[in-house]
Amino acid sequence: MTANQFEHRYAAHCESGVVSSMLNHYGLDLSEAMIFGLSSAITFAYIPIIKLGGLPLIAYRMPPKQILKGVQRQLDIKFKFETFRQPQQGQQRLDDLLSQSQVVGLQTSVYWLPYFPKDMRFHFNAHNLLAYGKEGDNYLISDPVFETVVTAPTKDLQKARFAKGVLAPKGLLYYPIDVPQQLNLGPAIIRAIKRTHKIMVKAPLPFIGVKGIRYLAKQIEKLSRKTEEEQALFIGHIVRMQEEIGTGGAGFRFIYAGFLQEAAEILNQPKLQTHSEELTAIGDQWRIFALKAAKMCRGKQSMDLSQLANLLRGCADEEEAFFCRLFETINKHSIKAIT
Amino acid sequence: MKESEVPQDQNRILEGSRKAVYAVDEQGRYTIAKSDGWEAEEIVTSMAVEALNRQAEQARHQAESGETSPLEYHMYAHRMDLAILSQTTGIARWRIRRHFKPQRFTKLKPALLQRYAEAFDITIEQLQALPSATEQPS
Repeated sequence: MTANQFEHRYAAHCESGVVSSMLNHYGLDLSEAMIFGLSSAITFAYIPIIKLGGLPLIAYRMPPKQILKGVQRQLDIKFKFETFRQPQQGQQRLDDLLSQSQVVGLQTSVYWLPYFPKDMRFHFNAHNLLAYGKEGDNYLISDPVFETVVTAPTKDLQKARFAKGVLAPKGLLYYPIDVPQQLNLGPAIIRAIKRTHKIMVKAPLPFIGVKGIRYLAKQIEKLSRKTEEEQALFIGHIVRMQEEIGTGGAGFRFIYAGFLQEAAEILNQPKLQTHSEELTAIGDQWRIFALKAAKMCRGKQSMDLSQLANLLRGCADEEEAFFCRLFETINKHSIKAIT
Repeated sequence: MKESEVPQDQNRILEGSRKAVYAVDEQGRYTIAKSDGWEAEEIVTSMAVEALNRQAEQARHQAESGETSPLEYHMYAHRMDLAILSQTTGIARWRIRRHFKPQRFTKLKPALLQRYAEAFDITIEQLQALPSATEQPS
């Protein structure tokens, strides 16, 4: 088996990076930021009932697979998804697809990927990567969060694909079966931004969007009853979710700002450039929160829970106002386009 | 964040690899910059790793003094907890907890030992043994 002709793309986030690379391979050149924005992937969620290593799920983006599904919804692209009961079948199917020169997306557990730095290998099951070939016993892998292509032995990749637990991948593989060569991005961008506004500002649940950020702020204040160790564990967990699992900085706010900048040109709507700059400023606020929280955990600054909670509330207020302004711009723009 | 503000804090955890970060260049355009680490991330990641290593170390001590079985040590050394180990092996939590008792663990059938060994990707001999204090958990 030989390697397919394949161009590796470096990205901040695994799933949007995989989709961008994959579509580029099949002749559709869309940036990672555009993929991220089009699939309405930015969000905030604090879900106390789902635990990761005993701590609640905190996410700054939509759940795994939503970027793939969002792109399908907005762009008339069809992906085929396959999962497997038997690991052996999963391997066979992947090998067959690769020998047919397909480029295949995979969901994996970071823990079993040998090319990851040792101290970043946790049992996190929703990491996406691309396989583009196999040489002997080694899969040729394009992992978008790495600068260059990597390889993984069959045994390790099998472990990673069939890891169990929360968000278990069950060997999930996916590839596009229908890629249009012409796209009408404008209307898709408008639909996607409206959807994001709805999720961030109008979600009916108290732990999604800006309400979720305020809910988390309240939880931080409640920590005052816990021991110092428990406080540091919880606060550290928030920052880890914000930074470590492929957010590229400020909980995905910068990547979405990059999307708005591209959208400004495509829609010829300069106001979106202004919104991009506004969101960059909000992202910087998230970074201030993260750095402060991390230093407090480490004891470099004394723990001040109400200060952290207020910083989060500041982010929530800014984001609520921001997404409403963004919606207004888009709404006016689309009405003008119709009339 | 401006491109010039992208943190380059030489995070040791990244082992020299760099992360892609979105930042604004001098012309005001978004671009992908390379970051070799950020202090905030290094702090929280190393704290999480330290917490896991502490648990493994504690379990190793307890296993040496016969309070628990090597199984508990290997669970933490592989960054797992009861929930993950139970889901990986298909063995109920209460049964795993019983296998933490050294007397029970030594009497386990090879088939069960094999399931644990597979979950950790080690041999049965490794599963039954403890590393010496100088060996780092992998």
